[in-house]
Amino acid sequence: MPPLAVHADGLRKHYPGSPAPALAGVDLTVPPGTVHGLLGPNGAGKTTAVRILATLLRADAGRAEIDGIDVAARPADVRRRIGLVGQYAAIDEVLDGRRNLVMFGRLLHLSPADARRRAEQLLERFALVEAADRPVSGYSGGMRRRLDIAVAMILAPAVLFLDEPTTGLDPRGRAEVWSAVRALVASGTTVLLTTQYLDEADQLAARISVLAAPRGAGGRVVAEGTPDELRARIGGDRIEVVVRRPDDLAAAAAVVSRVAGTDADVDADLRRVAAPVPDRMAALGATLAGLAGAGVAVEDLAVRRPTLDEVFLRLTDRAEVGA
Amino acid sequence: MSTAAPIPAPDVAPVPAPGSPLRWALADTATLAGRQLAHLRARPGEVAGAVGFPILLLLMFVYLLGGMMDAPGGDYRQALSPGLFTMTMLFGLSATMIGVLTDAQRGITDRFRSLPMSAGAVLAGRAVADMVVSALALAVLLGAALLVGWRPTGGPWSAAAAVGLLLLLRFSLLWVGIWLGLVARGPGALTAVQTFEFPFAFLSGVFVAPVTMPAVLGAVAEWNPLSSTAAAARELFGNPGWEGGGWVAQHAIAMAVLWPVVIVGVFAPLAVRRYRRMSR
Repeated sequence: MPPLAVHADGLRKHYPGSPAPALAGVDLTVPPGTVHGLLGPNGAGKTTAVRILATLLRADAGRAEIDGIDVAARPADVRRRIGLVGQYAAIDEVLDGRRNLVMFGRLLHLSPADARRRAEQLLERFALVEAADRPVSGYSGGMRRRLDIAVAMILAPAVLFLDEPTTGLDPRGRAEVWSAVRALVASGTTVLLTTQYLDEADQLAARISVLAAPRGAGGRVVAEGTPDELRARIGGDRIEVVVRRPDDLAAAAAVVSRVAGTDADVDADLRRVAAPVPDRMAALGATLAGLAGAGVAVEDLAVRRPTLDEVFLRLTDRAEVGA
Repeated sequence: MSTAAPIPAPDVAPVPAPGSPLRWALADTATLAGRQLAHLRARPGEVAGAVGFPILLLLMFVYLLGGMMDAPGGDYRQALSPGLFTMTMLFGLSATMIGVLTDAQRGITDRFRSLPMSAGAVLAGRAVADMVVSALALAVLLGAALLVGWRPTGGPWSAAAAVGLLLLLRFSLLWVGIWLGLVARGPGALTAVQTFEFPFAFLSGVFVAPVTMPAVLGAVAEWNPLSSTAAAARELFGNPGWEGGGWVAQHAIAMAVLWPVVIVGVFAPLAVRRYRRMSR
């Protein structure tokens, strides 16, 4: 079995002079060839975790391996296997795109000819050929990010870290970066993506670790799973019935309450009855049958999954309360 | 959906070339120094500003203020020029600091640190490039001083020694600049350093003799490392120096070697330690 692309176990970090720890025991498991989202609000420790994994920062406790190699014991070997795209596009503003790629290729110890050849490949791959001879200072946000990712891909690393890759980008820039990330994944790169945007994690990540830092306690993973699992974990489906005639509200509420096993919420203004349900398909069938039996005219009927936003808020709230 | 339409094909990356760690340390240093020197080509305006400012000062002092200076030998240009060369070396300090601070804040330093490259090359590349730039700036300023009538009379070897001492001072300030750039938290610190560069140069024997200053200030000025380099440069260029002065002034050349050595001895380890401690 190939080693895990990323494996972190109990990572702790307390910055010298800081009142609270940044990380209070973070575990991560990322199999090769997948995109893993590290989702959390500002200050949850996402960047700290990435910096430890990318050998930029030493953890106080815990261990981390990239591709089976310990980051603290063999940082030089880890650096050969990772690409890092930090929160700010870490490319040279003054040089043009091509020169950036060649320079970083040289710093990765490619021969001059290989560095130039690789630069052309990556310019093409990230749709930057036209901009290749222009100084980076004139690039759009999305172009910078793409160049930044291209630089990180020079050695086709085993793991690519993307730390909030779309923060500060306009929608078009985000779309550009997303499509670049999808293409990377299609070609087999493992990506650890941090983000505070739920839709971004939902769009790109196969699995998500939710990181939260309750006040003064330091960041830790409060939930982990696929986006669907996370939704299911907070027990989340709700059935919603909208009746045509206000007179039917009481009858509909009785049906929904019986199916859900709990009192339904009734919103008279919207003519809507709603309740949480454990099993969405069974609830749908039973509700439909019940409403037909009671002679209720239904205008709309739906089982709605909670949005990832709702999941996220509830998970991080729970972490706050648990602190 | 977007303009980026990369091809999802398996990525075959090139393999790093073999080489000894020392060879790569030198190659990495050259690559990073080359990066900075490429900036000069891309932004000639900044270079013109950096070189132009000392030339402007030269012209101001020679043609606007020189008349009221009581210069040894009666010609302020001869005593002033080596002082301005020294001050130009001092200005390199904030130039180095800007570069280090900008790279750290833009995440470029972190990216370098995440690469399997030689760790020392990040600082070494900075050092090489900044020294090249300062040597060029000094060459231009020497030419300008010659044009306005400055005349070195000490012979070519002495003149070369004077240039060597000036660059030695620059080399020592380089490490102060790197250290300041690494400890600085933002552009405010840079403004502070730039603000103090000027008074620091005036509190020395760069423009006037320290003996003409009030006692305490004169003593401080005499011990200012800039005074030693300026006095040593005057001596070696065969230009008239200031009259009087204490032991430090009498041993200008020795002090112009000793001061930079001490500064490097203190600030190079501080800078390297600070760089290493970025992982804390």
